[in-house]
Order: sequence, then C-alpha cells, then structure tokens
Amino acid sequence: MSETDETAPDDGSSPAEKPSSAEEESISAPAEEESISAPAVEESTSAPAEEESTSAPAEEGATSTPVEDDPAAGDDADASATDTTSATADTTSGASDAPSAPEDASRTTPLEVESLRKTFGGLVAVDDVSFDVEAGTLTGLIGPNGAGKSTTFNLITGMLDPDSGAVRFNGEAITGMEPYEISNQGLARTFQIARELEEMTVLENMMLAPKGQIGESLWRSVMPIARNDVREQETEQLERVWEVLDFFEIDHLADEYAGNLSGGQRKLLEMARALLTDPDMLLLDEPFAGVNPSLEKRLLTHIHELREEGYTFLIVEHDMDLIMENCERVIVMHQGRILEDGTPAEIKDSEEVIEAYLGGEV
Amino acid sequence: MSISETYGRYRRALGEEPLAVVVLLVALWMAWTLATGLMTGGIQVSSLASQVWDGLLRGLIIGLAGIGLSMTYSILNFANFAHGDYLTSGAFAGFATSYLIAGFGESSIGSLLLLGAGTSVTGAVIGVGVTTSPLAVIGGAVVAGAGTIALALAIDRFVYRPIRDESGIVLLITSIGVAFALRYLIQFVFGARTIGTTLAGSVPQVEVVELLNNQLIEYTARETAVIQGTFRVTAHDITLIAVAGGLMLGVHLLLQRTKLGKAMRAMSDNEDLARITGIPTERVVRTTWILGAGLTGVAGYMFVLWKGTLGFNDGWLLLLLVFAAVILGGIGSIYGAIGGGIVIGLTASVSVIWIPASFSRAAAFVVMIVILLFKPEGIFSGRTTA
Amino acid sequence: MSIADARDRIDDLFDRDVTLVLVVLGAIYLAYILAGVAFGYSLRGQLNSIANLTFFIGVFGMLALALNLHWGYTGLFNIGVVGFMGIGIYVTAIVSKPPVAEGGAAQVGGLGLPLGVGVIAGVLAAGFFGLVVALPTLRLRADYFAIVTVAFSEIVRFTLMSRTFQTFTVPDTIDVGVAGLQLFSFDPAADTIGLGGGGGLILNYPDPLEAFLRLVFLWDPYLGLIDFVRRNIISNNPKPVIDGLAYGLVLFIVVGLFYSLLVRTGQSPFGRVLKAIREDEDVANALGKNTARFKLTGFVLGSALMGLGGILWYASRGSITPPSFRPNITFFIWIALIIGGAGSNTGSFLGGAVFAGVLYEGPRYVKNLVQTVFDFGDAPRNFGEAVAAFGSLDPVPFVVYTLDNISQLRLVIMGVVLIWLMHNRPEGMLGHRKETAASVDLSRPSDDDPAGRPAAADGGETE
Repeated sequence: MSETDETAPDDGSSPAEKPSSAEEESISAPAEEESISAPAVEESTSAPAEEESTSAPAEEGATSTPVEDDPAAGDDADASATDTTSATADTTSGASDAPSAPEDASRTTPLEVESLRKTFGGLVAVDDVSFDVEAGTLTGLIGPNGAGKSTTFNLITGMLDPDSGAVRFNGEAITGMEPYEISNQGLARTFQIARELEEMTVLENMMLAPKGQIGESLWRSVMPIARNDVREQETEQLERVWEVLDFFEIDHLADEYAGNLSGGQRKLLEMARALLTDPDMLLLDEPFAGVNPSLEKRLLTHIHELREEGYTFLIVEHDMDLIMENCERVIVMHQGRILEDGTPAEIKDSEEVIEAYLGGEV
Repeated sequence: MSISETYGRYRRALGEEPLAVVVLLVALWMAWTLATGLMTGGIQVSSLASQVWDGLLRGLIIGLAGIGLSMTYSILNFANFAHGDYLTSGAFAGFATSYLIAGFGESSIGSLLLLGAGTSVTGAVIGVGVTTSPLAVIGGAVVAGAGTIALALAIDRFVYRPIRDESGIVLLITSIGVAFALRYLIQFVFGARTIGTTLAGSVPQVEVVELLNNQLIEYTARETAVIQGTFRVTAHDITLIAVAGGLMLGVHLLLQRTKLGKAMRAMSDNEDLARITGIPTERVVRTTWILGAGLTGVAGYMFVLWKGTLGFNDGWLLLLLVFAAVILGGIGSIYGAIGGGIVIGLTASVSVIWIPASFSRAAAFVVMIVILLFKPEGIFSGRTTA
Repeated sequence: MSIADARDRIDDLFDRDVTLVLVVLGAIYLAYILAGVAFGYSLRGQLNSIANLTFFIGVFGMLALALNLHWGYTGLFNIGVVGFMGIGIYVTAIVSKPPVAEGGAAQVGGLGLPLGVGVIAGVLAAGFFGLVVALPTLRLRADYFAIVTVAFSEIVRFTLMSRTFQTFTVPDTIDVGVAGLQLFSFDPAADTIGLGGGGGLILNYPDPLEAFLRLVFLWDPYLGLIDFVRRNIISNNPKPVIDGLAYGLVLFIVVGLFYSLLVRTGQSPFGRVLKAIREDEDVANALGKNTARFKLTGFVLGSALMGLGGILWYASRGSITPPSFRPNITFFIWIALIIGGAGSNTGSFLGGAVFAGVLYEGPRYVKNLVQTVFDFGDAPRNFGEAVAAFGSLDPVPFVVYTLDNISQLRLVIMGVVLIWLMHNRPEGMLGHRKETAASVDLSRPSDDDPAGRPAAADGGETE
C-alpha cells in the first residue's frame, strides 16, 4: 500500500520508509479496517520484506532496465489496466482509489534471469533464457506447449536446478536454492494444476502460509507456557487470513476441505495462500487453466488490484489473448528460447511470433 | 570375480557422488583382505568357491522369485509384501504333492499331504529327491507353480481387484494383510515345525576339490593335495540351475517373441507409458500374476528342494532379499531382477569373508539401502529392452 | 475473549472424545468381565486378565499414537517400529542392569545406573537412531522408505542376535589422556557389557514399578494397599495381581501424556506443516517451509516415543531376547492404527485399545475361558487328526485344535481384518475426522462478525 499510494518507491528511498510504517502497523494491526480489499500489503511491508529489499533496489534501479522500453510499456499497461478496472470495478467496490500508473514509478527489476539453460538427457528444454521483470508490473510468459515455460518457471522457483545461468531476486542470487528458501526471499508461486492440500480445510491451508510462525518450532508448540505465545500469534494471524479470504471472496468456503473445492476455487485458494507468504512477487503458473469465465474474470480483477498495490507478477499462460489484454509486457518462448520480449503491441507485430506461435496455434 | 563385481556395482551406483571415494576405499580394503587372506591361507580357495557357489544358487532363487515381484511392482504399481508368502505357499503345495507321489502307499494320504505331520514320515524316509524320485520332483514343481498361480489369481480377484484404483500404499498395506493371513494359515494347517524334506547327505554329490586334486596330482606328479578343504556340487544344485536357467530363458523368449510379452515388456520397462496407458487391462494383469506367481511358486519349491528344509516362515525371510534384488536391478526390469538376485545372493553368501556371519543378510540390506539412496532406478536400468 | 471461546470449544471436543474413549474402553472391559463371570473365573483370574488387557491396551495405544505421528500426520511410511522399540529397551537394559558382580555369573552386566536414567537413555537412543535412519532416507518415495525402515529393523535384530556384540569386557580402569599426558582415569562399574546375543539380556534391575513408585513417593502407600487387599480381599499373595494392575495404570498415565503431547503437536503450526507435508510436500516447500527439517523433527520425536513404548512394553519382563523384535510387532501396531484411523490421535488410541482387546488378547482370552470350563482332553496333535474326525461327523477335535492353535489363527484373523478395513473402511472406525491443525479456533474472530455464525458449523466437527 505504501508503494502505490504514496508513490514512494520511485528510487531507492522506499526501504528506509518501510520499516517504520511496518512496525506501527504490525503492532496495531486490527485498526486498519478500511483495507479490506488490500489486506496483504500492510503485512507485506513488515519484517521479512525489509531485510530483502534493503540491499537491493538502490543499485538495481541504477543499473538495469533499458530506458527506451519504458514509455511504451507504461502506455500500454495504462490502457490495459484501465480496461480491466472499468470492466470489473463493479465487482470490487471502490478498491482502486489510486488508479494505476505505478509502472512509471518503478524502475527496479526484482527478478533477473540470466542465460538459464536446462537439458533433460539430450533434450534442451531451456536454452540461454534471459529476461527480467520490473517491479509492479504484470509480465506474461507465453509460448506453445513444450516451449520451456514451465521448466523456466521451475528453474526460477528452485524446483529444478539449472545446468548453467543465474537467477537473481531483489539483487540476490537465488540460483540453486531450495524452493522454501526462494519462497522466504519473497518470491511466491502457484502451481499449474492447483495443488491445494486436499485433506486440510481452506482455513488450515491459509494458516499454513504466513512466514515467521513461532509455533513451527515443535518445542514452543508443546511447552505449556511457550504455547501461549503461539496461540497469540495464531490469533493475530487469523485476522489476516480472514481478511484475505474476504478479499478473494472465498470466506464462505473457509471450513470446507480444500479437496472439495471446484477448480477455480482452488486457484483462488492457491493465490490467496501464496499472498499470505508476504511475497514481493508472485509467479503464477497457468492461473486460468480450467477456470470458468466468471471466475477467470474475478481472478483477473484480483490480480490487477494486487498489482496496483505494488505486487509484481509473472504469469505463465498459453492463452495468448488473455496475456495480450492484461499484461504490459510479454515474453514469448519457443523451443526453449526467448523469441520475443516486448509490449503486447510489439508482440502482435512480430513476424517471428506470428510464424512460430500464432500461425501454428490459432 | 565378486570383487570386481562389487567394485563395479558401487562405482556405477554412485556415479559422480563424492561418496564414491569412500566406497572405493572400502572396495580396496575388501580386495586387500581377500587377497592377503587367500595368500596367507586365512581364506581357503575351496571355501571361497563354496560361498560363491552357494551365493549363486541362492541368487538364482531370489532372481526367479524377483521376476514376479518386479512385474507386479511395476505393472500393478505396488510393493507386494505377500510375495514371500506366495513363495511359501508354492513350496508347501509342491512338497505336499511330492510327498504324495514319492510316498504313495507308505502312509495315509492325509498325513502325506500334511507333509508327514504326526507320523514318522519324512522326506528322507520316502525318498524325495531328484534322483530317487524324479517324478515326484517334477510333479511337485509343476503343482508348486500351478498352485501358486491359482492362489495369486484368487487373491487378486477377491483382494486386489476391488481396490485396483487405490494408491500403491493402500495396496501395500492390504498385501501385508494377505501376507499375515497366508503365512499363519499355513502355520495353522502344517504347524510351526521345520520340516526336513530331504535327508542331508543323501543327495548325490560330486567332491570338486577332490576331483581337481586328483587331476592335479596326476598332472604335477606330486603326492599331496594341492587344494585344501571341500567344495561339493550336489544333484539338487544342478537341478536348481537347470530349472531356474530354463525358466529364465523361457521368460526371456516369451517377452521377446510373443505379442503379449512385448506389450508387457513395454509396460514394465516404461513406467511413464504404463501411466499414460492408465490402469492396465485385466488381461495384462492376469498374465502378470500368472507369470509372476508361477515363477515364484517354482522358486519356492526349488529353494526348499535345494536347502532340504521347509518352514512356514521361509518366504517371509526371503522377501526382503527379493526386494533388495528387485530394487537393485530396477523395478520392472526382468533381467534386472535376475542380475540383482545374483548380486544379492552373492553378497549374502560371500560377505562372511569380511563381516561376521550374523550380518550377512544385513550386508544385502545395506547394499539395497545404498542403491535406494544413490541410484533408486537400479543399476541395471536402461538396458532392459534388448 | 475469542481465546476463551476457543478454549471452550476445544474442551467440548475433548469431552466428546473422552466420552468416546470411555465408551469403547468400557465396552471392552465389560465384555471381558462378563465373559469371565459367565465362565466362572475366579476373582484372581479376573483381575489378572484385566491387568493383562490393560497392559496391552496401554502399549498398543501408545505405540499407535507414536506411529500416527509418523504416518497419520507426516505421511512417513515407517514399518520399522519394532527396531526403535528394541533399541529403547536394550539401551535401558544396558544402562540400568547391575554390573556382573552383582548380577551373578554367566551373564552380561550393565552400567548399574538408576532405572530412570536408563529409560531416558533408551528414549534418546531411539530418537538418535530415528535421526540416523531419517537423515538420508526422508526424501525417498513412501514405498522405498517402508522397505528401508523394515530392513533397518531387521538389521537391528541381527545386531541384537550377533555374537559380535554379545559381550565386551570393560577394563577395570580407563585412562583418558592426550598425547601421553594422563588427564584422569576412572573405574567403570561395569565388568562386561553387551547385547547378549541370541540369549538376550536378563533384566535384573530393580522392579520398574517399584522404582517408579519410589520416585513419586508412593511406594509405602502402595505397600499399605497391598496389605489391605491381602487382609480383606485376596488372602493369598495378592502382590503380583496388584502389581499388574498398577503397572497397567502407570501405562495409562503414560498414554495420557503421549496423547496430550501429540494433540499439542498436531494442533499447532508445527503439526500443520507436518499435515501439509503429508498432503503435498512440494507445496509446503513452495510456501517457504523447510520440509526436510520438519520431517526430521517429526520422525525423531515419533521414534523416541516408540523407544519409550518399547521400554514400557518389555521393562517389566524378566528378560528380553531378539526374537521379540520381529517385524510382526510393527504390523500389529499398523493394524491398530488403521483400525482407529490414521491422522486422528483419539482414533489411534482407540485403535490400539480395540486391537489389543479384540484381536490380540481376545482370542487367547476366549481360549483360556473355554479351556477352564470344558475339559476336552488333549487336543489333536495336528491338523490332519483334527480334520479326520469330520469323517465321523465329530467337529469337536477340530474345535479343540483350533482353540489350541488360536495364537496362529488370530494372526490370520488380523490379516483378514486388515484386508477388510482397506476395502471397506480405510479411514478407520471413527471415520473421517477433522482435527484442525491449529492451536486456536479458526472460526472468524468474533469481533469481526458480531452476528456470529453457528459455532458448530465450524472446525472441530466430525464429518
């Protein structure tokens, strides 16, 4: 919230501000009632986020991102953003009081991928892939089946180890880290086929996600006096869980087993759960696969709202139109390589893309 | 030979792992111990030969039983903990038949079928053996195979088929139930005693060391024995090799030459393909059980014929070694099961050179655990499709 | 305020579970007592059978609870339970057995430390071996993990049996020095030490019950109680009977401790991560949980509890031998857990109780009862004689044979029950239970939603 509303994160100054506001908020958590639609942000600026971002953004802003791209990207994103907000404004009442324009503000690139390469046996799945994702943007990664999108995704999130190349997040090398370490850096992911924890309720799923739970130490959970702290923290955490449930409008499913949800509801749950890890950036693996149109619209609304609050998104998708309409930047992969990287308009005009992808698929 | 095998196995198993150095050192130490032992006479050549021979035969049984376990593991996708008790069932069915044929008229049919329970009838008395009563042995082996097939199909029909779609773990737990029921039903009927099926020493045998020494003495014109100790090969050893080798060859031909065999081979070789194909058709499942159970039943019979005693726990005690062999060879690989069986058999027998005898089975388990940790797809995987 | 609410709700749940436990236990005990009365058992016989029943309910209950932490919560398919039990009691024995000089000739001695120290050492050792087993193997597939654990438990048994570790002579003085410089030397109490090989170990340490009662200063009152019983109820040496009952009571107290420890473990963020690992480890990992660490902690805790279970099972026996630690025991515990329903602590204990009362002790009890009442003479020596009598339409020999061999037959029954359960009720006798993994009530905090939703619709309900 601080990022978007106050247009603060223009340069490296934001980290200095974050901690103070975060501390206040975490102490007086329940007071902020107006932020029902933006529940996660106040927490996302709290403890873990500050540590990661302190080192990074200052240099980042200075060194990276070709400048000439920006105006175009900004324009296009503006257009698409207003598109969707107008289309969906009715569903979420007055959530977007500060409409768009965060793209111009952010020049940092939280995620940088450099010359990633991965082979399976003799097959080159990902071949020299480099790109970066700017803060506060919605970037789409598309390509036909087998283009290497999911492999790239798994390389970034630590599910696979690359043969060569590097991934940096907030300036820190995360190549070869375990998935949980990467998640704790503030890079959350969802899965292509929603992997809810079936025999756990929606609430349990949600309660699992927050970082820094003291009760995850067995000792504290079991010892009589220490357990009181655990209960206290869980009670605090619960409030946020319910806020996020409300935000995603799945609060009526709270006591349901996650395995009983519909495909779309699972996607919502997954995103809600990922959000509760206080990420800086969300990687969504085909978030719209198997989701019916009305839920798809809801998901998109949520994604746009969150982006406006300062979250960065990288979305893997093979539905070209969806990405073209909603992302300000699109990366096209084909046969393990990056074919094109630019605004939707540029992508539409690209001969190569039309030949390799549109021509073949559509 | 076992050294280079052990050595090669470890090297392959560990690949580039840094642990390879440790294993290499262990292998070197083993080679050193063996070499010095042989040179100083601490280890007799003849006893080493006996151990290798014993391990080889044991390995053939493990391999034969392992083929069935490996096939059901990969095609039905569960670890069948009742497999050892299938083996026991085969042995009991087979020996009941052998007793009946060999001892017909010498005692009541009932007591013969119960393997002489409560009477003085023993395998030695009625002369069960491949030379004394070849018909009884052939009949017994056939019934062991057929009976185990019937048992496996019946169990599959009533126990496994209703829960075919469940996860491998559900089936595994169920198979523990089957194992209990089978094992203790056998104990209930036949009793807990260990039954002597053949009289020790009554089986014709060849003293190999003596033969060799005679040859050597003749050749070198020296008067004393050149090789110390004894190394015997019995008629049942030879029978075991012939039967196991024949059946393995048969399976090989079946899988290579017949259409069904090719389909099964594809399915067990390629787990992904099996998964894409979904739940295999009942026909393939049935064939799997028929082949697997038949081989296991015969393996059980040959095992007992070879070692001369029969107990309700035999199969269960062998089961973990069979698992070790199957894992070593790569689940789903028939040749892997055979190779793994021989390696495990040799490990269990020859390891006494380096470690106390009470840990010989533990050594085989350790080999299995090492394989699971470092090369869970097995050391023979990737070369099953001939 | 919401915390108080939560307490109430948890208390509700607890009450319901307590009722359930009492009903099931009551039914089992009542069946035993009524059967005993019907068959005219003596009071002493009755009490003995009750003590025996209590013992097995206790040990199976606690072991099923420990296994539930592995399988029900974390999804770790451990079929090497008996290995941890064996490690527990053997270490206890070695630590607490008197040195040979006190124990008599021809047997292995121990360190002669107090029994409490031995128990703690045994539990720690079991936990340590849990760590050793789990460290490299936790990433294995469930079925591979199962095979490794059962192989481990067999290796433990081989080790217990082997001559190599049978007995070691402990030197009279041990010098500890560095580079030739003697720092100190001590005189270990033990003369010999070891695992005893195939002959096992004689447990010639002080009686565990006495040691425990002395520890809690209840020994004198206890002796008073025995005296009272002798004067008023059982005149002829009542101590063994009462010892049995008291030991059962101690076991029940330990079961209570296990239960509360594991309920707390389950109802916490820690337990929630374990549950998530059971469901999908990748997801838990992607949510920032170091799943390897959680699995390790859970496994070590469970293994340590299994060690304690093993100690309490065997500590009151006169001796321990390796054949007691065959994999069958592991499978018994598995059947108990599956009867009760993996994933539920209450279910685990009830599964242990039902298994012990019905499947494990039931058949033997029936046999004892029938044999006290009817005198069938000698049972047929073998199955053939038993069946042969059918020829003359006389089923009695078969019945007698069956009774005589009931200990085998009950294992057949166990196998069939296990198959039946996996077919018809894989979730166990309590059905699917929603035991919410959180230390607090997860319903919407009440100040958010003053209207309040019906409390019963939220967590903590059976479905």
